[in-house]
Amino acid sequence: MHHTFDPNKTITATIDGLTVSVPEGTTILEAAKKAGIIIPTLCHHPDLGVRAVCRICLVAVKGQRRFKTSCNTVLCDGDVVNTNTPEIREARKTVLELILSNHPQDCLKCERNGNCELQDLAKQYNVLEIPFASTHQALPIEEDNPAIVRDMSKCIKCGRCVESCQVVQEVAAINTSCRSTKYGVTTAFNKPLSASTCVYCGQCIAVCPVGALYEKDDTEKVWTALSNPDMHVVVQTAPAVRVALGEEFGLAPGSIETGKMVAALRRLGFDKIFDTNFTADLTIVEEGNELLDRIENGGKLPVLTSCSPGWINYIEQFYPELIPHVSSCKSPQQMFGALAKTYYAKKSGIPAEKIYVVSLMPCTAKKYECTRPEMRSSGYQDVDTVLTTRELGKMIKLAGINYEKLENEDYDAPFGISTGAAVIFGASGGVMEAALRTAHELVTGESLANLDFIPVRGLEGIKEAEVELAGKKLKIAVASSLSKAKVLMEMIKNGTCCYHFIEIMACPGGCIGGGGQPFGTTSEVLQKRLAAVYEIDKNSELRMSHKNPAINTLYEEFLGKPLSHKAHELLHTSYQQQDRG
Amino acid sequence: MSKIVKLISANCGKIRPDSVEDYLNSGGYAALKKAFTMEPLQIIEEVKKAKLLGRGGAAYPAGSKWEQLYEIEEFPKYIVCNADEGEPGTFKDKLLMEQDPLRVIEGMTIAGYVFNSHDGYIYIRGEYRGLQKIFQAAIDNAKKEGFLGENILNTGFSYNIHIMTGAGAYVCGENSALLNSIEGKAGRPRIKPPHLAEVGLFLMPTLVNNVESFANIPTIVNEGGEKYLSYGTADSGGTKLICLSGHIKNRGVFEVPFGVTLRDIIDDPELGGGMAGGRKLKFFHLGGQSGPCGSPEQLDTVYCCRAMRNAGLSVGSGAVVVLDESVCVIDYLKKVTEFFIHESCGKCVPCREGNKQLYLILDKLSKGEATENDLALMKRLSRVMAKSSFCGLGQAASTALDSCLKHFSSEFEAHLNKQCPAGVCFTKKESGE
Ligand SMILES: Cc1cc2nc3c(=O)[nH]c(=O)nc-3n(C[C@H](O)[C@H](O)[C@H](O)COP(=O)(O)O)c2cc1C
Ligand code: SF4
Ligand code: SF4
Ligand code: SF4
Ligand code: SF4
Ligand code: FES
Repeated sequence: MHHTFDPNKTITATIDGLTVSVPEGTTILEAAKKAGIIIPTLCHHPDLGVRAVCRICLVAVKGQRRFKTSCNTVLCDGDVVNTNTPEIREARKTVLELILSNHPQDCLKCERNGNCELQDLAKQYNVLEIPFASTHQALPIEEDNPAIVRDMSKCIKCGRCVESCQVVQEVAAINTSCRSTKYGVTTAFNKPLSASTCVYCGQCIAVCPVGALYEKDDTEKVWTALSNPDMHVVVQTAPAVRVALGEEFGLAPGSIETGKMVAALRRLGFDKIFDTNFTADLTIVEEGNELLDRIENGGKLPVLTSCSPGWINYIEQFYPELIPHVSSCKSPQQMFGALAKTYYAKKSGIPAEKIYVVSLMPCTAKKYECTRPEMRSSGYQDVDTVLTTRELGKMIKLAGINYEKLENEDYDAPFGISTGAAVIFGASGGVMEAALRTAHELVTGESLANLDFIPVRGLEGIKEAEVELAGKKLKIAVASSLSKAKVLMEMIKNGTCCYHFIEIMACPGGCIGGGGQPFGTTSEVLQKRLAAVYEIDKNSELRMSHKNPAINTLYEEFLGKPLSHKAHELLHTSYQQQDRG
Repeated sequence: MSKIVKLISANCGKIRPDSVEDYLNSGGYAALKKAFTMEPLQIIEEVKKAKLLGRGGAAYPAGSKWEQLYEIEEFPKYIVCNADEGEPGTFKDKLLMEQDPLRVIEGMTIAGYVFNSHDGYIYIRGEYRGLQKIFQAAIDNAKKEGFLGENILNTGFSYNIHIMTGAGAYVCGENSALLNSIEGKAGRPRIKPPHLAEVGLFLMPTLVNNVESFANIPTIVNEGGEKYLSYGTADSGGTKLICLSGHIKNRGVFEVPFGVTLRDIIDDPELGGGMAGGRKLKFFHLGGQSGPCGSPEQLDTVYCCRAMRNAGLSVGSGAVVVLDESVCVIDYLKKVTEFFIHESCGKCVPCREGNKQLYLILDKLSKGEATENDLALMKRLSRVMAKSSFCGLGQAASTALDSCLKHFSSEFEAHLNKQCPAGVCFTKKESGE
């Protein structure tokens, strides 16, 4: 007789004198929100399991001797709850002051200055001085990997990152450890992340409420390149950035910012503004041909997509025996880098060593990916520097560009031309949908009447579908987040996998939920970014990758045909087992 | 009324602890045999009538706990005996496990029968590694004689008891942290609800009781709940093992019926026997570090759960630490707080950060550096910790402080003026120590 809640049943209670009716099982926090009452939280995140350790969300429930934490306490029928009594204000403020007593209070020199949940609370609770003695101890900042910086002296031990890494990603690179004053978040044996199983997905960063976790800041490198008159600096923009960048400037999630983003990049001084969508289209053509080749010639099935570097890091460490399943295609960012310093160099007459390639990505793992030894097909590091959406926001602000006043501008040729199929790469299921649009025509020679593959869309962790392709049934699956990838990998391992083609993205919801996206990502926000991605696709003139005229020119002028020798040299790679952790 | 009643400590020191024969000769296992003739609900009824209050510290009515678990229709259910005995000044579970383990085993077996459970776990604190051998021998012998294992006494009921070794942390005595520790996870408390009766060990319905609580079960079954209740007071049935320590003549474990007074406990020649060392009683600390301190004016309080609670005191684990006038309250509280800093699991803010801050203020007091503001801050902090901490550890960490603020406010005031009535603080520098 497990006590389960019946969401169809309504309960009625009183919060701050207001009568609220909510489904059974609703927490006091959610019920209060419905009633227009905002209860402060720190360890709570709407998409993660509850830990109830920060104790800031206290409320008074009549008849209860102690205060209750509203994030985990379910509202009961007839409850009388108060969220704003002198005692509750005192308790919350004391908790806040206790957190601050063991905090550097370093806002002026902090990555999260102006965008920090703790700072916001200090303001909300009118903290003007802290009565407690400081117990804070400085700790060294860990920044020895290309993607993620950990400043544990700012950690408030909320455990959100651990929940992300352990439950959402099931990577378990980090955990809570020790007791008492030493309690905190560490890797196994307190090694640096680079010696752990960390895949650099940045999902820990995405949920951290304070400045304890952030991406390696590479803006200085880009400023330096931009101010070097000898350098031809080009930038590529990933599909998911355009639907999130607006949030950096206070716009609603899901605002479509493509034109303004291009304008801002041009103002920053980039010589050419290109689109990763171009190489996303290219990926579809290469990967689609690879898939058909494997199906026809008895190659390794299912084919696993390879565009998410966090996912690649994961399979290399956790399922090395399945690496042969992975498509040999490089990620679109790396295809772009290789072409920028070969094809584009030739076409523009600028020597490769004078071309500086910047990627604008929603992703922290891409910062690691571009440093991989495999990613030097041009003879140079193909992509020089990766910036996240957040870093671009910082650069625009620093440059004094009034984002609001920017007018839409267009990408540059030749890598600025792309299709709707490419933009949906930004959402989980998009690669699959784009591939199906192209594969259908490759196989049948006919264009699809309806281009929308609804079953592979959406935020659900695992999606599956069956499609007819020239009389053959093709079974496909799509997973986002590594815990969901794990489910499918286990199926392959134990022989219960019936799929031909599997798309995997390391981050929940796909790249729109990447570890480099603006802070405050929740499933609600993801839903809006997702809608924007499909909106762009719907309004695109071209919606199938192989119809991209610039792609066809590229093959004609440079690559020959899909899977050609040249294509293999520049656009394909292979992966190896890694044992870091 | 006699000040000593030996219901559960009768065998201690009298029989070979691992000998089933000795145990049987002194009336052992009669209760289990009787239990097998009773319906589980009848047994629960007797435990309720007995008003057996949990002996692990929280004094939760065992009958209600058993009833709640019984109503849950999910199996398997697990029986867990909390033998972490981590409260400083508490060593009564040790006595039972060392000198009469079969009584604990019999109590756990009856519980197993009531809940149709097949596995019981006893979580023994790491420091008690020495007595695990005896306890294991008692389990093995009980098994050999058919009182444990498959088909006990041909009733068809099978039940085993497994010994688990504690992880050496006080917080592992908190029942949900204890279950995490048995499961091999970090010994930190779980979020409740769900209650352990619903989602306990390995996510299954679970009963957690203290060693002494289980040791009382055979007596209750044998003598009936009403009779058992009559040994104690109207609200607290039976007897309590108390642990006397500190500046008192007779230290050790004593079994007293609920209803004696604190004065009896400290002064009765058969019990504490009065103060040792000729100094006067200053205060006593009850129930371990997490319990309150009492002043000599409270000595006539009746030792039972209700009367104690009404007086702002508590029975708790049964620890009674007696302190004389040589002790400085501030200095004493510093040690208590150090204990909680050390034992905090660290995951929630009020406990992890609060205890550190309490200590810093007490330290300031002991150095004559504190102000009225510090005192006010300490009171606020203590209030908030008690009402806002995640688990019982943080909630109780300031209990002793709180009671001392009540009884010894003048001593706090004195420290504001750099005076230490006990002559403990401010002396070290002057004497050049
Ligand atoms: C921090 C903490 C430590 C505890 N330590 C013990 C312990 O060592 N032994 C014990 O029996 N109960 C301990 N308890 C109480 C248990 O959580 C639980 O209430 C008890 O085991 C229930 O058994 P009872 O009802 O028979 O007393 C502790 C509680 C807390 C909060
Ligand atoms: S983490 Fe937040 S509160 Fe802490 S220093 Fe940074 S901005 Fe300030
Ligand atoms: S980057 Fe990803 S894998 Fe690494 S610690 Fe953060 S959540 Fe875990
Ligand atoms: S690193 Fe950030 S998310 Fe992780 S526990 Fe610390 S404050 Fe919370
Ligand atoms: S009160 Fe909080 S920090 Fe202290 S032991 Fe309990 S859960 Fe851990
Ligand atoms: S938000 Fe509820 S305890 Fe942290």
